[in-house]
Amino acid sequence: MPMNDNAEFRPKIVAFCCNWCSYAGADLAGSSRLTYPADVKIIKVPCSCRVNPMFILRAFEKGADGVIMCGCHPGDCHYSTGNYYARRRMTLLFSMLDYIGVEHGRTRVEWVSAAEGVKFSATMNEFVEKIKSLGKNVRLGDLRCRS
Amino acid sequence: MQRIGVFVCHCGSNIAATVDVKKVTETALMEPGVVHAEDYQYMCSEAGQAKIAAAIAEKNLTGIVVCSCSPRMHETTFRTCAERAGINPYMVEIANIREHCSWIHKDVEEATKKAVILMRAAVAKVNLNTPLKPGESRVTKRALVIGGGIAGIQTALDIADAGYEVDIVEKTPSIGGRMSQLDKTFPTLDCSACILTPKMVEAAAHDKINIYTYSEVEQVSGFVGDFTVDIRKKARSVDMNKCTGCGLCQEKCPSKKTPSEFNRGLNTRTAIYTPFAQAIPNVPVIDREACIKFKTGKCGLCSKVCAAGAIDYEQKDEIITRKYGAIVVATGFDVIKLDKYDEYAYSQSRDVITSLELERIMNAAGPTKGHLQRLSDGREPKNIVFVQCVGSRCADERGKSYCSKICCMYTAKHAMLIRDKYPDVNVTVFYIDVRTPGKNFDEFYRRAVEEYGVNYIKGQVGKVCPEPDGSLTVYASDLLDNKQLRMSADMVVLAAAIEPSASVRQIATMLTASIDTNNFLTEAHPKLRPVESPTAGVFLSGVCQGPKDIPETVAQAGAAAVKAIGLLAKDKLMTNPCTAKADELMCNGCSQCANVCPYGAISYETRLVMGPGVRENRRVAVVNNALCQGCGACTVTCPSGAMDLQGFSNRQIIAEVDAICR
Ligand SMILES: Cc1cc2nc3c(=O)[nH]c(=O)nc-3n(C[C@H](O)[C@H](O)[C@H](O)COP(=O)(O)OP(=O)(O)OC[C@H]3O[C@@H](n4cnc5c(N)ncnc54)[C@H](O)[C@@H]3O)c2cc1C
Ligand code: SF4
Ligand code: SF4
Repeated sequence: MPMNDNAEFRPKIVAFCCNWCSYAGADLAGSSRLTYPADVKIIKVPCSCRVNPMFILRAFEKGADGVIMCGCHPGDCHYSTGNYYARRRMTLLFSMLDYIGVEHGRTRVEWVSAAEGVKFSATMNEFVEKIKSLGKNVRLGDLRCRS
Repeated sequence: MQRIGVFVCHCGSNIAATVDVKKVTETALMEPGVVHAEDYQYMCSEAGQAKIAAAIAEKNLTGIVVCSCSPRMHETTFRTCAERAGINPYMVEIANIREHCSWIHKDVEEATKKAVILMRAAVAKVNLNTPLKPGESRVTKRALVIGGGIAGIQTALDIADAGYEVDIVEKTPSIGGRMSQLDKTFPTLDCSACILTPKMVEAAAHDKINIYTYSEVEQVSGFVGDFTVDIRKKARSVDMNKCTGCGLCQEKCPSKKTPSEFNRGLNTRTAIYTPFAQAIPNVPVIDREACIKFKTGKCGLCSKVCAAGAIDYEQKDEIITRKYGAIVVATGFDVIKLDKYDEYAYSQSRDVITSLELERIMNAAGPTKGHLQRLSDGREPKNIVFVQCVGSRCADERGKSYCSKICCMYTAKHAMLIRDKYPDVNVTVFYIDVRTPGKNFDEFYRRAVEEYGVNYIKGQVGKVCPEPDGSLTVYASDLLDNKQLRMSADMVVLAAAIEPSASVRQIATMLTASIDTNNFLTEAHPKLRPVESPTAGVFLSGVCQGPKDIPETVAQAGAAAVKAIGLLAKDKLMTNPCTAKADELMCNGCSQCANVCPYGAISYETRLVMGPGVRENRRVAVVNNALCQGCGACTVTCPSGAMDLQGFSNRQIIAEVDAICR
């Protein structure tokens, strides 16, 4: 696909959503017809604690411009403690990513409950705006993966 | 290599209007592994499912991708369909192109592009799916009900009548809950005790119901069908088997100054007490904090007067461990504390009371023997002002954002009862809105206005000032006449908001049941599964799930019972097969995974491990499939990458990432 310089930059964004809260929150955003850009693609995981830092590195390596991870609110994890582990892991990972040049703004953790369709859509709108302002992610990208 | 069929649903026009379904179908055929693709109006219909079954048979499919609504809607439908057509149900994946695509995007080209990508990710995943087989677990045919208010009692009776054993755990010394504190009940004005006590007696007498009062749940482990619960039976200091309920000890007890919880602190009780005359069980408890014997070692009067020799100062807390198949939460509510609402002078004047306190004052067995009087001087009030929505529907963080639902009705009840018994008393009600949906409810409210001459004023009370002469000045606004009012009253009654019992957070944590921002327990689906918690095997009964009156509470209690019975009636349950599994060859037995597992599902065994170039006894992690709930915490913790989650494996998720970022 030839890159047209004049075309609006459309980022690639991966959103990991836990099955119990955030995925349901995204469903609620859908059934309430709350729009957010099509750049966001959701991957369902059982719990935010299932998100291996490796998945996020892989996404950046394959050309993602932003990765967001959503889970149940602290204290509300379906598995009681999963999101606490996730939060700690992501804090570490994101600062390491920032250190190697993947800006903090490209990664985000957000707690979205099954009742927070509005928050889900608002978060995605905000996140896409942020990524657009940061532009294309060049760090970590494996050139062999680009077409 | 898989042979995958892709089925794209139009969902009428829900999907087809924004996503070019033909294009998605055509593109699917170019994906690796896909040998069949078709679209149809309604995939979930009989006809749609028949198409899937036919394609499985004709094309020998091994995997299915359905591009449709959320898996939360129809994943089970399509899995069952696949299973009937002869392939493993876990070979089915859903691409959510409705909630996550057609419903939120307007541009057809954009939405179609996204739908294609979501389809690709699902295909990439199915390429790596493996057949999974659910395990089986047994069901203990016994239910636990936490909370012995009307909700808990009704649920227990219904479950017991169906033939299953039920234990009720109630925190206070008696069952009955808030309803036992009420005087008369709307909309029929029948006496609360007259309809509640027979139910309490029935529960106590039922041969399938076992009641633990003065007890609390201390620990819960296990899962649906097989919970293990520790119950702390607090020391009553009175032997339940010996006590005859004569009450002599309570008459003689010299420690009489403890505020009565049952009467909301309007009078006092003794250290050895039963909360109210109809308490069940009719066995007193000694409040050890108030008891002179426990404080100083002297006294012991109750033991001397007790002819049955039931008093036992040495009694210890007892921990009872029991197994249950189902747990029903019925922990009810409390009224909020009013310390943040001092403009109503609740803490300054004894004549400013809450509605629940008024219930006790109006009750013949209450602190004033049912005589309406001011608590400060015992005079009969002449002008009473009711203030609605104190702390309910509150925009700021002082109160609750929700409507407490019952206050409009009970205030109309109070106003009517007062006007009926004391026709000279003027009753004014300040309200924001009067909300009376419910059978015969609006008629009830209109009777208060039309027949009983209660003065309803739309407007808020800004301030209540206690005056030196003992009266109360009420400053309020009248929104309909658009004027400020200043009114003298001798009693003010506040309809304080209700909130879930303080202990519900602890209970929810133990059960891994979720609660909302207001501490009400969350239902599995707000419309379709209103009495189930998202945690399998946990059900919700009464006000712990949201504000309700008695008829609604009883209806929900019955519904929760039916759901619990449905579970208890099963001999075996299928368990979720998406469990963790350690690769023996990679595992080095480091024990990191067991540390993070919330269910204690991981143990370690020394086993003979065989592989290329390996043949030795090693300590390796073993996951108990019946305990593992499939959260995946261990998979990320595992430093050697040995632990993986079936159904959400590392390779599957990476395949999805790759497909999205392609
Ligand atoms: C002032 C007032 C007037 C009312 N008037 C009416 C009326 O006229 N008509 C009407 O229909 N409704 C009325 N209601 C509503 C009615 O009181 C409720 O609908 C009803 O009591 C709800 O029952 P429940 O069992 O859900 O909760 P509750 O009655 O609160 O019972 C919960 C029980 O659980 C126990 N518990 C709590 N936590 C734990 C724990 N951790 N472990 C063990 N046990 C625990 C509590 O001690 C309690 O016994 C009124 C309410 C108020 C406040
Ligand atoms: S021993 Fe305690 S409970 Fe018994 S009479 Fe004395 S103060 Fe009351
Ligand atoms: S997936 Fe979760 S529940 Fe299962 S063994 Fe691992 S940590 Fe325990």
